[in-house]
Amino acid sequence: MRKISIDKLYVLFSSIAESSKLYIPVDTKAGAKFEEWESGKTLSNALNTVRSTKDFFFPQTENLMDFKVEGKNIEIIDTRSESEDFVIFGVRACDVKSFEVLDRVFLSEPVDSYYKNRREHGVIISVACIKPAETCFCGTFGIDAADPEGDVVCYKTDDALYMDAKTEKGKKLLDSVSCLTDEADTKACDEQKELIHERFSKLPLANLSADAFGSGKTSEFFDAPEWRELSQSCLGCGTCTFVCPTCQCYDIKDFNTGHGIRRFRCWDSCMYSEFTKMSAGQPRLTQLERFRQRFMHKLVYYPTNNDGLFSCVGCGRCLSKCPIQMNIVKVMKKLGGKENAAN
Amino acid sequence: MQQINEPLIPKIGVVTDIRIDTPDVKTFRVVTPDGKKAFDHMPGQCAMLSIPGVGEAMFSITSSPTNKEFMEFSIKKCGCVTEWLHSMEAGQQITIRGPYGKPFPVDTEFAGHDMLFIAGGIGLAPLRSVINYCRHYRDRYGKIDIVYGSRSMQDLVDYKEIIDEWSKDSGVNVHLTIDRDQPEWGGHVGFVPNYVKELGFSTDKIAILCGPPIMIKFTLAGLQELGFDKTQVYTTLELRMKCGIGKCGRCNVGTKYVCKDGPVFRCDEIDELPDEY
Amino acid sequence: MQEIKREILISKAAELLESGVVDRVLGWKAGEFDYDVTPAMFHNADELEKEFVWNDFCGANFSKYLVNETGKSENKVLVFLKPCDTYSFNQLLTEHRFDREKVYAVGVSCNGMLDVNKIKESAESIASISMETDKVMVDTLYDGKITFERKDVLSERCINCKSKKHVAYDELLGEDGDVVDSSRFDEVEKLEKMTPDERFAFWQKELSRCIRCNACRDVCPACTCEKCVFDNPNSGIENKAAANSFEEKMFHIIRAFHVAGRCTDCGECSRVCPQHIPLHLLNRKFIKDIDNFYGEYQAGSEVGSRAPIVNYTTEDLEPGEAVERGDGNA
Repeated sequence: MRKISIDKLYVLFSSIAESSKLYIPVDTKAGAKFEEWESGKTLSNALNTVRSTKDFFFPQTENLMDFKVEGKNIEIIDTRSESEDFVIFGVRACDVKSFEVLDRVFLSEPVDSYYKNRREHGVIISVACIKPAETCFCGTFGIDAADPEGDVVCYKTDDALYMDAKTEKGKKLLDSVSCLTDEADTKACDEQKELIHERFSKLPLANLSADAFGSGKTSEFFDAPEWRELSQSCLGCGTCTFVCPTCQCYDIKDFNTGHGIRRFRCWDSCMYSEFTKMSAGQPRLTQLERFRQRFMHKLVYYPTNNDGLFSCVGCGRCLSKCPIQMNIVKVMKKLGGKENAAN
Repeated sequence: MQQINEPLIPKIGVVTDIRIDTPDVKTFRVVTPDGKKAFDHMPGQCAMLSIPGVGEAMFSITSSPTNKEFMEFSIKKCGCVTEWLHSMEAGQQITIRGPYGKPFPVDTEFAGHDMLFIAGGIGLAPLRSVINYCRHYRDRYGKIDIVYGSRSMQDLVDYKEIIDEWSKDSGVNVHLTIDRDQPEWGGHVGFVPNYVKELGFSTDKIAILCGPPIMIKFTLAGLQELGFDKTQVYTTLELRMKCGIGKCGRCNVGTKYVCKDGPVFRCDEIDELPDEY
Repeated sequence: MQEIKREILISKAAELLESGVVDRVLGWKAGEFDYDVTPAMFHNADELEKEFVWNDFCGANFSKYLVNETGKSENKVLVFLKPCDTYSFNQLLTEHRFDREKVYAVGVSCNGMLDVNKIKESAESIASISMETDKVMVDTLYDGKITFERKDVLSERCINCKSKKHVAYDELLGEDGDVVDSSRFDEVEKLEKMTPDERFAFWQKELSRCIRCNACRDVCPACTCEKCVFDNPNSGIENKAAANSFEEKMFHIIRAFHVAGRCTDCGECSRVCPQHIPLHLLNRKFIKDIDNFYGEYQAGSEVGSRAPIVNYTTEDLEPGEAVERGDGNA
């Protein structure tokens, strides 16, 4: 465990930023967001960023390749390039967990090289959540916000930042700034962990349970009559999917740049009517089917294919961003049987 | 970076021959620019074809893996990409990536069995690969029956190959039917599901169904009436696809991805999927 | 705090259900917290009693839901409308988007709705929210109780409320108000005073946050096309995400043009934007220009009115003149 005095935080940032790009959450008029750190930028105190951290590895839009088309001939231009090293400071436990959810999609065979490239070059510095919000429910999915995953795990107290390397990458990073930091015992962190646990136990969603869901529960929930009521006022916009750290559906499209064809991919949403539309038909005819797909995928399909891991990390972004305030918590409470009846 | 294989980056294919099968189906022969097969595949597998600037779409590979020289795709005109394909001339380059999906279990579950192929319209396309595979390795399979129907005589895909090759093989019986009678047609008239029941096959076979959803539904019911079990019947599913590798989320049905876990499914496996295909 | 109490809405709804005037009620449903209210359909007094809410977070404009809802049944649906919602209601009727006969509209007077994001700026973790006449008391998880002046946490659209008057209803709960002399064009004027470069930079910055979630379009009562051009793969502009930096501007500018003359300035677009882009300013600029060029016009103030831009008169301003007059303050 290493420690640095809080008034030397920006010296630390400056030192990290010398060797690689450093991103930190900063406050903006429209909420906190990750920005590349430069001298003068201050760390946000917000619990979390409006957009999720998936942007770092799976950006909203990215170019896949270019084509030159001449007459009947096509040339494929591989536009991939090695990502630069970068460090993300201040990732919350929920968002760190989302990387595992994304990894299981993008890094499973056949590996997505665009994602892998960024993932390999990114170093994640997580920070424990001392002030969880009323919309937080990461504990429901077994995430301990007092003990986040990440390459380096941090605990921020009033006067110091404690850092613990959890991976080789993290160790390398901490070694590179060791002259700025001192060895520390875990006392302050242990106290903070205890406080965090106590605070999480008192959150309004502390008792939300996912036990009713998980592997092999398709037939149990697919035809549930509750989907009608739950989906009735859904606008069919993509807000929940776009702010979600684990939603990863994408579209691939071509774009004429005027100098050639660029094939890019962009986020897509199962909430959109066009998502599954074919020239031959439409398997999900109404918003009910689309709405159901999103939650069945997070709570049943994904866990079935991924050793029980849920594709929700309880970050609460959809709770605060849905235009009609419908979200996975309401779905789980409505469908979750006796496990959630008391909540 | 460049040397790492990226599944989404395709290869160049050259369309060396375009055959007009029916008024809305053409068969495209594809090789690499140096005249080779783009990749090996097994019957039932698919490939992503694209025309840069128009789009990419998934097609089943209609030629048999035993064809070592080229691949063929029988494609019905029904959308943006297919319209472009239909309007192009031989010599045109396209892009190709694959093979995708789970093939028919031709060397395992099918081996040693009598085979019953049932297709409607363009549904013959995915079956042609497996039919020709079974014909190539004739001694590995028992008797082969092929029931194939279409709206009209003109809409029967691969008609020449069926008449000149398939129906001349020993142990291969071809049963053709069209929906409405035509003066030049001397064969059976009627819908495929009814014809299958009329022909009344013994149940010691493996059946493979491919065609429009309504045909599959009624034919499967007919086969069950004849005593077939769903574990003996295979079919293919089709949903919108973009990545082809089980990541983009589009072809997700329940816990399965049609591009990766399909397109070939045994009918009892389909029963376990939610009704969303 | 709202003058009309929840109980009054519930008893009105229960009475109309009981008498068979309507067979369902479009209302607001309580959520997990004191501020997350979801539009929902209620079918009986029991459901109403249990889950119906009417509070300072019932911002959602129900008018657009009527397009689909009236197609579902031959029976009437009860809808509660705030004054600003009634303008969208009329505008949709003008555009023949739903059958008036299938709706029983109950107007509810409104004291303005709160913007929870403004509360969260100073009260990050909310345990509960309670109201007094001009005060909003927030109990936070870590910082104790914080009291806000109601006017400081009102939604932008409510600060600039254009009308407390219901322009459509079958029945009214509470006193009807008047059209308000609002200062809603002040922000537009600020933008007009900028140089073109400054203005471009302003919109560039705001719109660069757009994530193309389409919430603004999907909530907009003026956006009721059966199939939006941006959803049509054959339109050539279907792209969901920005393919280049200009893309999101195109989307919002085209949308603003499309709703010009029909937008009632209900403000739903800005309310739902997850990135807090002040989208309503684009629409207000059009409203202001229409007022300037063709005389004052409020979309939805009556059913059947024709927007000046689709209603040619010989007195109309020449296009050249519009450009000239627009120059410098366009």
